[in-house]
Amino acid sequence: MNREITKVQELAYELTVEQAMTRDVVKVHSKNRMGELREILRINRISGTPVVDKDKLVGVVSIEDFIKCLADGEIDSFVGDKMTREVKTLYEDEPLIHAVNKFNKHGFGRFPVVERSSGKLVGVIAKGDIIKTLLKELEINYHEEEIHRYRASHIFRDIIADKTTLIFEYDIAGQDFKHAGESASGLKKSLARLGIPPQILRRIAIATYEAEMNIVIFTSGGRITAYIRPDEIRVKAVDSGPGIPDVKKAMQPGFSTAPPLVQELGFGAGMGLPNIKKCADKMNINSVAGKGTEIEVIIYTQGEK
Amino acid sequence: MTLDKIKKILNAKVIVGSDALNADIKMACGCDLMSDVLAFVKSDSLLLTGLTNPQVIRTVEMSDIKAVCFVRGKKPDKETVELAKSKNIPLLLTDFPLFEACGKLYKEGLAGCSEINE
Repeated sequence: MNREITKVQELAYELTVEQAMTRDVVKVHSKNRMGELREILRINRISGTPVVDKDKLVGVVSIEDFIKCLADGEIDSFVGDKMTREVKTLYEDEPLIHAVNKFNKHGFGRFPVVERSSGKLVGVIAKGDIIKTLLKELEINYHEEEIHRYRASHIFRDIIADKTTLIFEYDIAGQDFKHAGESASGLKKSLARLGIPPQILRRIAIATYEAEMNIVIFTSGGRITAYIRPDEIRVKAVDSGPGIPDVKKAMQPGFSTAPPLVQELGFGAGMGLPNIKKCADKMNINSVAGKGTEIEVIIYTQGEK
Repeated sequence: MTLDKIKKILNAKVIVGSDALNADIKMACGCDLMSDVLAFVKSDSLLLTGLTNPQVIRTVEMSDIKAVCFVRGKKPDKETVELAKSKNIPLLLTDFPLFEACGKLYKEGLAGCSEINE
């Protein structure tokens, strides 16, 4: 419950009044009689409407005004005499949250919406419009992710071949600490859409992230390639960096050659390669000092380990 | 333990995810070394840390951590907050130092990551 409300709040800031308002505005003239108003409200099933004379918004009139007239026996009086003249309006380009706040503040049932540049009436917004728009938007957001997931998870079944492999490539910039982790993040999201179970996904993500951090920290750049098959995922991290002089030593937990800057980021504790190994079902390292490093991680998606 | 209870115990401010306070946190981990976090943390846990850069959020994302609490009154930068928002990761802020924050939660019954089998 709580959770929904804040997603809604977020949307209320993103959407504008224009996106939620009703454009076909039922309007009345100030020279209409209150008796006519009743018919207009009844036919259109609304409880109030703006009063417009020659394109100009001059007031609003509601069913309450009509009931008052009925009680006072003034049903033949002009709308112009019974309407509210000091109209609170909204601009079409305001965020929806402004409308929500105004509804709370004034307790009105609806607000006329006017164009900021011309002052012309372009629509009306009622509380119901806001709720309807937000619900629709929530549904769209939800559906988009569902559709991604649905389409992607069918890929392997839809392709007819003896063996199918999907290949995802990610280019990693060296020393770019701002974007470090984006590749692992992208791979994780994509694999989730393919329907990889969470615990396996987590191992792939952690291994890829550590490999990506290594490329960012130690090299001038490299590439991560993921080979996805129905039964296994292979992640290959290749760089043309300085290479690891002593792989055995680098595999020991706690052994690190990272500079202090990297340690400030929370890395360089000598856990990178051991972490990758821990997550992998199989891991191969091929490193030549002065040439570069190639790390291959294999994770089975259907059992083992 | 709910995130809401954690918030109360640590007298914490919620800067991202005030809507997610019903989330159930099974265990916690207090650590400034992200590699250690990646090595030992389990999913559905809370991370308490003094580190505030975006890599904390990346680490959280990769390892399925449920929420983060920054300790010792440290405020994360805008990038970190924005990244957390985009990943729907709740962020809490407490003035207690790491050890004390962990101690308070542990005393109230929140388990450590090595005590729970996934």
